[in-house]
Amino acid sequence: MKITDIVKILDAQVIVGGEDMNYSINHGFASDLMSDVLTLEEEHLILITGLCNNQTIRTAEMANISVILFVRNKQVSEDMIELALENDIMILSCKYSMFKTVGLLYENGLEPVY
Amino acid sequence: MHTEFTVVEGDFANAGKASSEIKKTLKQLNIDNQKIKKIVVAVYEAEVNAIAHAYGGTIFVDLDEEKICVLIKDKGPGIPDIARAMEKGFSTASAKVREMGFGAGMGLPNIKNNVDELDIQTEVGVGTEIKMIVNFNS
Repeated sequence: MKITDIVKILDAQVIVGGEDMNYSINHGFASDLMSDVLTLEEEHLILITGLCNNQTIRTAEMANISVILFVRNKQVSEDMIELALENDIMILSCKYSMFKTVGLLYENGLEPVY
Repeated sequence: MHTEFTVVEGDFANAGKASSEIKKTLKQLNIDNQKIKKIVVAVYEAEVNAIAHAYGGTIFVDLDEEKICVLIKDKGPGIPDIARAMEKGFSTASAKVREMGFGAGMGLPNIKNNVDELDIQTEVGVGTEIKMIVNFNS
């Protein structure tokens, strides 16, 4: 699924990145528990989370995850933006709940990791 | 190559900084991406542990052509029951740690899964030393 499709489906905003809206990802993983994210072998995925702090970006950095989607209009801090830019991580944000977000993405063909 | 990083108690804003530096170094050395991920995930979990549970400490990194050895030495309080701490789901984490997305009792098991050698020495009231080794060619 292309970033441009995700943005359209979720009426999402691109907070960081967005130079390559045709970038395509196959899998989605939704969690607020970063240790759980750090157990994943799959890398080519979008992390969907409501946990919005520096550790979310650091976790993505360590786990080689290149796209993070924050749900419920979470406010992304300047520090987080800086970290994301430094590590080439794209940040998206949408107003929907985690439940609705993953439901819409799944319905439109984004694959789960497990 | 030898490097050291200081870890400050409760400094969550900088948790991951040492792991990030290690990742950059390993990338420059063209180490296999999967190996890099294993190392930095383990070090990151340990870094978060040192910041969350200990009174600060130091991370010592020794790197040669065959392996990376990371020693995280903290200033206490020590782990009273190592066997329990290694159990998936066992945690003594504070609410603050949980707010950061950790504290579910997955840290030490995650570390164990990602390294080739793990040695934990701990003494209550003194501190904990976690030594982890990842071989590049295994």
